[in-house]
Amino acid sequence: MKPLLIKNGRVVDPASKLDARRDILLEDGRLAAVEAKIERAGAEVFDAANLVVAPGFIDMHVHLREPGKESAETIQSGARAAAAGGFTAVACMPNTQPANDTALVTRYILAQAAQAGGARVYPIGAVTKNLAGEELAELESLRAAGAVAFSDDGHPVWNSRILRRALEYAAALNLAVIDHCEDPQLAAGGVMHEGDCALRLGLRGIPALAEELPVTRNVVMAALAGGHIHLAHLSTRGALEVVRRAKRAGVRVTCEVTPHHFTLTDEACREYDTRAKMNPPLRTADDVTALVEGLADGTVDAIASDHAPHTPTEKQADFESAPFGVIGLETAVALALDKLFHASKITLPRLVELFSANPARILGVEGGQLKVGAPADLTVLDLERKWTYRAAEGVSKSRNSPFDGWSFRGAAAATIVAGVLVFRR
Amino acid sequence: MAARKVVARLSQPHLLGIEPLSIEDIELVLATAQKYQTRTAHETRPVSRNDLLAGKSLVLAFFEPSTRTRISFELAADRLGMDVVNLALEASSVQKGESLLDTVKTLVAMRPDALVIRHQASGVPQFLARHTSVPILNAGDGLHEHPTQALLDALTIRDHKGRLDNLKVAILGDILHSRVARSNIHLLSKFGARIALGGPPPLVPKGFEKLAPGVTVCHELDQALAAADVVMMLRVQLERQREPLFASPAEYARHYCLTTERLARAQPDAIVMHPGPFLRGIDIAGEVADSSRSVIPHQVENGVAVRMALLELLAGGAS
Repeated sequence: MKPLLIKNGRVVDPASKLDARRDILLEDGRLAAVEAKIERAGAEVFDAANLVVAPGFIDMHVHLREPGKESAETIQSGARAAAAGGFTAVACMPNTQPANDTALVTRYILAQAAQAGGARVYPIGAVTKNLAGEELAELESLRAAGAVAFSDDGHPVWNSRILRRALEYAAALNLAVIDHCEDPQLAAGGVMHEGDCALRLGLRGIPALAEELPVTRNVVMAALAGGHIHLAHLSTRGALEVVRRAKRAGVRVTCEVTPHHFTLTDEACREYDTRAKMNPPLRTADDVTALVEGLADGTVDAIASDHAPHTPTEKQADFESAPFGVIGLETAVALALDKLFHASKITLPRLVELFSANPARILGVEGGQLKVGAPADLTVLDLERKWTYRAAEGVSKSRNSPFDGWSFRGAAAATIVAGVLVFRR
Repeated sequence: MAARKVVARLSQPHLLGIEPLSIEDIELVLATAQKYQTRTAHETRPVSRNDLLAGKSLVLAFFEPSTRTRISFELAADRLGMDVVNLALEASSVQKGESLLDTVKTLVAMRPDALVIRHQASGVPQFLARHTSVPILNAGDGLHEHPTQALLDALTIRDHKGRLDNLKVAILGDILHSRVARSNIHLLSKFGARIALGGPPPLVPKGFEKLAPGVTVCHELDQALAAADVVMMLRVQLERQREPLFASPAEYARHYCLTTERLARAQPDAIVMHPGPFLRGIDIAGEVADSSRSVIPHQVENGVAVRMALLELLAGGAS
């Protein structure tokens, strides 16, 4: 395979504090050089003038639905949708059918991913058997097969005794436990944020407290058990405040926020629009403000899409019956560029860090920085590109996006995985 | 109040709730209903029948048990000469796993002139209205709205009080789970009424004050009742509560049942309303329900008149 030479790009690499015009040479799937001027005979040249070149973006929270629900998404369609959204890697949650709670399923996912094309796929193993919250899954075998973290996402690890054991194992295996923070009793029956909008629509609410209580338990637990806990898709001001304090106290806690939570409020449910139904639910304008502050001040470590595909048939139901979840792989980067960077809420290096260096560090995977010898995974951004997202024309098999028809300033211009251009706009 | 514009048509193609209606819409429904009334505050009248909607058909799709609303719609349609078809749920394809939307699309393909829907999930009429042009009349959706009830309540209040504005209305009981309360709050607020909500704290969240202008939440029943012109009691919706929100029916009755003593807090000429079915001795004392203050039977009679008016206004166009 020919070497790939990326020329004239603005290279942004927060890990090495680099933000300057550089050429980058990719060879044999690795990053071979980052220099002011590189000439290489026989290399394929990608002209990145007026574009930003960053370490490959990693979406650390997606649902690819395979095995079991291939009508909504497959590993192949998901990996390609990821590439089309600017991601060079994704980490997929284990709530498939069967659940990824054994090495066998982990190996199956990796085998499918190897043929998928598009982004790399890192499997996340279950914390408990069948995500039932009752007995620990085979954590060491999952790790040996290639799992990059443990989670029962979709459900909290509600039994504190089990969470403690999981954190002890995960600490020894040097992996994070990712918790979906939700108090099942407080959230029971809820379909949207508990607040004025839910009261008006006559829909049962999920209070902010249902997230904030388990977040509090989790950071106390992590401080005691010593493991690394990562808090998935935080959505409230109170939850971020707990994380901020815990980080100050030196607790090994990290967290992520989704683009839909930092962009939309519960008002999006107004017309009983099932595309605005997800868990955790869209919160208030004050929560959106707090999430953006957390993204700016370092409280939040990563932006993740929580890409959750559902078929049109499933989502074309009344609000209460429709499943939770929205797709996000193809809009996450554009939303961050438009709503955070262009809105002057965060800097470009911070945005790159939230998508690359931080998720790589949390998952303990290679990448996330542009050093010689690193995997040749790059995300190329066009900051000024104006475009309109049409869910029906998306790469994902599903269409359940609240951003259908939205116009953005900023887009992923190209995605390079292991030195191969897998997507170009 | 300023003179209102008189309109001949509703601004909406469906009746999904009270919230989207204008005051003119509501006035039009009430004025139309007046000609079908079998009773006013002062007189009873013979049942009015006509052929206004002869040859037109109405489908009633009740996905949740109902006696009074369904029969009220059936009588209303019958008195206008409409053919009525009841979707028998136990025999329908819903039981066979067909989606709600497919079931309703099938019904609509048979070209009824209107569709009356009741469903246990909030938002179902809104959802279905996006997929059909046949007029949909919401006969109650989840906890959201029950617009025909609020309209018949408004007609009843006006019969007895002569007005809808400048009234103090107490709405008491399980507000949280009540679509009747939400629809009544929207309607009365549009006319400028002061609305006091009362009941057990978990069933009357403070957030209701933001639902519409003029609403206050008071957990003391006596405070909510003070100087009220109209007292609306609500049934304790045990079937909608997914957890025990009070200790027992007896405990609820002790503190929140409308008794003669509690009613003395209201205006001497206050009327007592209840959408039914009511629980004697739990949400309303038998002697209050049976007293001359109670206008509950009048509400039921006005229900037919209001539904006739709505069918005339929504299904009355050329087929």
